[in-house]
Amino acid sequence: MPAPLNKRSRFAFPGLWKGMWFTLKYLFTPVPTVMYPQEQEIPVPRARGVIALDPEACTVCMLCARECPDWCIYIEGHKEPKAPSKPGGRARTQNELDRFEIDYSLCMYCGICVEVCPFDALYWSPEYEYSTYEVADLIHGKTRLKDWLETVPEPPALEPQGESS
Amino acid sequence: MSDEYRAMMHRSEVAVSVELQTQDMTLNIGPQHPSTHGVLRLVAQVDGERITSVEPVIGYMHRGYEKLAEVRSYAQMTALVNRIDWVSGFASEVPFIVAVEKLMGIEAPERAQWIRLILTELFRISSHMVFTSSYPLELGATTPLFHVLRERERVLELIEGMTGGRFHPNFNRVGGIKPAAGGGKTQKKVSMDIPEGWLDATRATMERVMLSTHQSDTLVTGNELFKARTVGVGVIPGDKAVEYGLSGPNLRASGVAYDLRKHEYHLPYDQVDFDVISAPGGDCYDRYWVRLQEIRESVKIVLQAIDKIPDGPLRAKAPRVLKVPKGQIYVRGENPKGEFGYYLISEGGQKPYRLKIRSTSFSNLSILPWVLKGALVPDLVAVMGSLDFVLGDVDR
Amino acid sequence: MEDFIVAAVKTVIAFALLFTVVLLLVWIERRIVAFMQNRLGPTRAGPLGILQTLADGMKLLFKESMTPDRVEVWLYLAAPIMALVPAVLIFLVVPIGAPITIGGTEYTLQVTDLNVGVLYVLAMSSMAVYAIALAGWSSGSKYPLLGSVRSAAQMISYEAAMGLALVPVIMFNGTTSLAGIVEAQGATYFGFLPAWNIVLLPSFVVFVIAMFAETNRAPFDLVEAEQEIVGGFHTEYSGFRFALFFLAEYINLFNMSALTVVFFLGGWQGPVFGPTVLQWILPVIYFFAKTFAIVFLFIWVRGTLPRMRYDQLMGFGWKRLIPVSLAWIILAMIAVGIRRFGLPWA
Repeated sequence: MPAPLNKRSRFAFPGLWKGMWFTLKYLFTPVPTVMYPQEQEIPVPRARGVIALDPEACTVCMLCARECPDWCIYIEGHKEPKAPSKPGGRARTQNELDRFEIDYSLCMYCGICVEVCPFDALYWSPEYEYSTYEVADLIHGKTRLKDWLETVPEPPALEPQGESS
Repeated sequence: MSDEYRAMMHRSEVAVSVELQTQDMTLNIGPQHPSTHGVLRLVAQVDGERITSVEPVIGYMHRGYEKLAEVRSYAQMTALVNRIDWVSGFASEVPFIVAVEKLMGIEAPERAQWIRLILTELFRISSHMVFTSSYPLELGATTPLFHVLRERERVLELIEGMTGGRFHPNFNRVGGIKPAAGGGKTQKKVSMDIPEGWLDATRATMERVMLSTHQSDTLVTGNELFKARTVGVGVIPGDKAVEYGLSGPNLRASGVAYDLRKHEYHLPYDQVDFDVISAPGGDCYDRYWVRLQEIRESVKIVLQAIDKIPDGPLRAKAPRVLKVPKGQIYVRGENPKGEFGYYLISEGGQKPYRLKIRSTSFSNLSILPWVLKGALVPDLVAVMGSLDFVLGDVDR
Repeated sequence: MEDFIVAAVKTVIAFALLFTVVLLLVWIERRIVAFMQNRLGPTRAGPLGILQTLADGMKLLFKESMTPDRVEVWLYLAAPIMALVPAVLIFLVVPIGAPITIGGTEYTLQVTDLNVGVLYVLAMSSMAVYAIALAGWSSGSKYPLLGSVRSAAQMISYEAAMGLALVPVIMFNGTTSLAGIVEAQGATYFGFLPAWNIVLLPSFVVFVIAMFAETNRAPFDLVEAEQEIVGGFHTEYSGFRFALFFLAEYINLFNMSALTVVFFLGGWQGPVFGPTVLQWILPVIYFFAKTFAIVFLFIWVRGTLPRMRYDQLMGFGWKRLIPVSLAWIILAMIAVGIRRFGLPWA
């Protein structure tokens, strides 16, 4: 299939006029621009905007920190004694989360941490307005990550022909 | 004519030729130059505006992916490989995953394979649209950029709606596509199957993409100035293209109708109907034209695929911790830019022993010194743009 | 003394007018190109972004003007001024309205009417090439050098085409004064068709094309082809020196549009009616309306077309435009001869 070449049209320049007409038409076409701070587009529910944390669900298992390709998750925890579940039972310990920080200046938004978390403590949120003036301020701690938990949307409904098995 | 006179003539001619000889100027183009697509550096010897030789200097964006692969697990590498060629991340993800799957003896279920195919084609459309938008820009026409990128944004929205990422989907997993994440009880991260309404949105978007290619035809393809800049410029004959290891649209524009999608069936390309676009000229115009036509073919493929996508599971059984048995394999796929291959050697264990990445742009770039010999400086920009390379893909 | 005061007032008004118009022009161009590209363009500075140019200018004014090590300092500093001065000077001879009479004295709406106006205009627009060539050469850097070499070749060859395109106009109107040329276009054909020089269509087309090259605008903006030679001649300029080049470019754009109107579209000529004040204002409005129509053409072309290649541009200039204008001069000569002396066999 050869590329069409019309050498004949060198003097009439029909292509130029067609292009000129095109741009003239767009001069009078409404602009699809969204004026950002005043109006905002809603990101899709699956958008990987920011990682939210549910600190209650976290068991300090460190899987996310270990699997992270660029090690941007910092976790510290301690063991807390917990009352036995039934009277007279053995005293147990539970891991308590002290520090959970994600350095968003390092994070490459791959989502491996969300995927490996066995206790559903991490979620993707489409929230994106968390830019800062200082790079160091991009390290966000437990409380901030928990705030984002509220912005986690319900997962989108699936196409009906989807996974039935 | 006496000998003396002849000698004198000779001497005068020598004098004239010596006088007219000018020193070539070494022109450093890049690493920071508006049209080097990043950080390519070309050391060009120019005689006025004519280029006598060009030497590409690469490596400014070397990120060491091949070495990195040796210290990263397979799951982590999946997130990394789509950053090699960031314009078409998914297309370079698939061969890597297929290589791991083949070594482990796993095959992805059909539905997953079709989703891979659709996403690959969407990324092909997106990548070619980047080309058709930015190539006229390099020739000085700014308007096509905005009109094409506006429609590309719709394609990226589709990709984001499906995978959550716009450029780096990280959507492939060994044995299928991104699964129900984690093992928790809540319903919030159940499945990454096709979201509701996505197929209809795809159909609508594909129409817009077709419309956009027509707009490109109106604004760019038929434009006489554009033709004057590209027709007959940077001609690469078919045999030279093969010699230099060109692949993809660059090869097909030189008259060699070779498309890996017709030869390597790790995705169900054999079940869709599409043409291999090729053009005989081998010049910049043909390379542009082939890519524009390939957008249309990809639209055809996507529309067929969303009708054919079968029901079924998204992921075959694969161990949670990937241990790839000993062995080696080379898997290649048709990236939007050409042949993209991974040579994977595993010694067992969770990490590759060695991963050789056959990146497309690196090979496509290698013809630059040959094709630019004797060209003009403006042609350099035209040729460089028409080869459509991504510097991350060159340097890895 | 009175003449001096009048001239001074006119100069100041012309200067202020020119700069206001140019500030507006940059904004108009950015907005129109943006709409053609289906986006909005500057919207934040002032209502509809109209103060954007001012903001940019202020920014450039307060920026550090760097002087690279390897420049020829004096020429490097002089070049921006050399670019700006001829650009401003051209405007002084452009009549922007009909002469007005106040208290028995007639004032022309142009700073000065030279009887060699056309030559003056051509000479001044040729001066621009010095600024660009010197800027590129004195920068002591390679991309600017390429840009200045390109500009020298391009502007000299299109200067020729431009001059030749004006010869039929001069022959037709029998004067080289710009005011005279506009006056001469005041007549009508058959009582209603304005006798504008646009009837010299080949001249008009050649002039407009040469104008694009002369002002270094797309599709002939090889001198500052960003994708090829970075910034061209002004690569090494920053801060206010760059702003001067920028200003000169847009002043030239406006000047050339104004000159097209003067030479071919009847200048300020148009239907005039109503009270005296309206009769003063209307021609000015006509003039600016026509000028901005030509400016729109500039912008429209820039918003659509890719750039030509250097050799194609030179080929186009020497092989197409100049022969066409020469042939047209001969034809026009015959026509003028017939009009003045009748048919040779009659």
